[in-house]
Amino acid sequence: MSISVSQIRKDFPIFERTVRGGKSLVYLDSGATSQKPISVIEAESNFYKLHNAAAHRGAHQLAEEATDAYEGARQIVADFLAAPGGADEIIFTKSATESLNLLAYAMGNAPIGNRFALERGDRIVVTEMEHHANLVPWQQLASRTGADLAWFGITDEGRLDLSNIDEIITRNTKIVSLTHQSNVLGTINPLSEIITRAHEVGAIVILDACQSVPHMAVNVETLGIDFLAFSGHKSLGPTGVGILWGRKDLLDELPPFLYGGSMVRSVDMTGATWSAVPQKFEAGVPNMAQAVGLGEALTYLTQLGMDNVSAHEHALTGYLLEKMSFISDLTVVGPTKNLSRGGAISFTLGNIHPHDVGQYLDSQGVAVRTGHHCAWPLAKRMQVPATTRASLYIYNDESDCDVLIEAIQGASKYFGSR
Amino acid sequence: MPPNILGVVKMELDSLYQEVILDHYKHPQHKGLNSTFDAQVHHVNTSCGDEVTLNINLDGYCITSLSWDGQGCSISQASVSMMSDLLTGKTLEEAAFIVKNFIDLMGSKGTSIGDPLILEDAVAFAGVSKFPGRVKCALLGWMAYKDVAIQAQAKN
Ligand SMILES: Cc1ncc(COP(=O)(O)O)c(C=O)c1O
Repeated sequence: MSISVSQIRKDFPIFERTVRGGKSLVYLDSGATSQKPISVIEAESNFYKLHNAAAHRGAHQLAEEATDAYEGARQIVADFLAAPGGADEIIFTKSATESLNLLAYAMGNAPIGNRFALERGDRIVVTEMEHHANLVPWQQLASRTGADLAWFGITDEGRLDLSNIDEIITRNTKIVSLTHQSNVLGTINPLSEIITRAHEVGAIVILDACQSVPHMAVNVETLGIDFLAFSGHKSLGPTGVGILWGRKDLLDELPPFLYGGSMVRSVDMTGATWSAVPQKFEAGVPNMAQAVGLGEALTYLTQLGMDNVSAHEHALTGYLLEKMSFISDLTVVGPTKNLSRGGAISFTLGNIHPHDVGQYLDSQGVAVRTGHHCAWPLAKRMQVPATTRASLYIYNDESDCDVLIEAIQGASKYFGSR
Repeated sequence: MPPNILGVVKMELDSLYQEVILDHYKHPQHKGLNSTFDAQVHHVNTSCGDEVTLNINLDGYCITSLSWDGQGCSISQASVSMMSDLLTGKTLEEAAFIVKNFIDLMGSKGTSIGDPLILEDAVAFAGVSKFPGRVKCALLGWMAYKDVAIQAQAKN
């Protein structure tokens, strides 16, 4: 089965509107956030209309229904990721950013003797292509604990440089945290060599899967990772919900991050003990409607089939890269070969500033993102102050790419020869 | 698509990218930092990475020179270029009045065309105020000026 974009677009109400004086919307900014199908919008609003109550609290029918809906969503996420320990391994957060911070803060809370405790001489490893959300929390944890931070560099083509892997992942490395797919370069990172080396030295591997879970089949067990984070809103789901998956034994040992209601087993005036996972990490009334919406989003993706999703995006990425190669003053920042790369394509256009390129594209109805895409060190490494990024998803087709290409040529003319 | 709609979109874009703005972008004025100065500031738009370094030279209360260097989009770079042209030779008090006028124009959401007697060519930025995403680009240099003027006065 392959994907029918025209069929899919009917499920997304946003495509019924026009932009900038009647132009059809060419949405190429799914790397920032995806659009939402009507089923997700309705699941979220039906939760409020029909079942709204505080999950896991309240002695009434609505509370039961809310709990069922919320826990049902947890099971959907667990199935989607093929979590070996099932729904108990799924923690709802408000975003991937929160998931990663949860890990960094929880590890910072680990007492001496706990496997997550860091001390001077320990090491945390990241890469030079990380989103700030998977860089700054680790910088901060390193500075709080005295651990040092090391990172894999990047080749000129925008691939990880693993040539010195044994010098980067040293014997004293405790954490290796990296992105599955770069939100700027589109690069899909090779994981097996890194995971093997990390586990050999006893480090845990954390995957920032924000740009992979929405776009390809991700099976946490076959990958062999230890933790994974992604955001609902980039996966057709609502804003305000993110996921942290972790291996059950690790989550059991990891101390909590947020303290409060629902995460405690017992409390007296001087102390408290913690609930079992996942409740241990979900203090307070959660974002229930958003979790339910995310469940619906992952169901939608499952019905399309994640292999179909990635095949569609792969073909479209190839099409767009090829078209771009004919624009002489366009330079792709990232792999130009359609190999181990996803549908986030960043580029520069002569010396026209990306902000101006983006503005021109917008005037043609084409929505892209410009700037450093929350990966400032990467922009510096690639020696570009900023780029323009087009990112593809299930509702894009070749005609969207054609409109983009024409608009890029228009921008060249507009800023070049006036 | 009916041609008049295309025309409207083009006009919107042209109202942002006025000829004089693109001229300043391509041929920036007062670019290249003076080696001596009374104060220097460096401002960055963290959301997009646009940056400007601005030097000021004063003679008493008179601005004898503004010089700058920077990188960024046409709006941010043309704006600092035009501002340097406009404020050089003015007193600090006159400059403060002009800067306030420009900031008000940027906050006008497209409802004001700007006063050419005060802002001269910088009224060309009136169109920017219709594009909320670009207002901070236009303001980058002007905010740097406010900062550098305060620092130079504090020093003198
Ligand atoms: C690779 C990557 N990591 C982390 C994030 C942060 O996600 P969120 O802003 O949804 O928390 C993003 C989103 O831009 C991303 O692309």
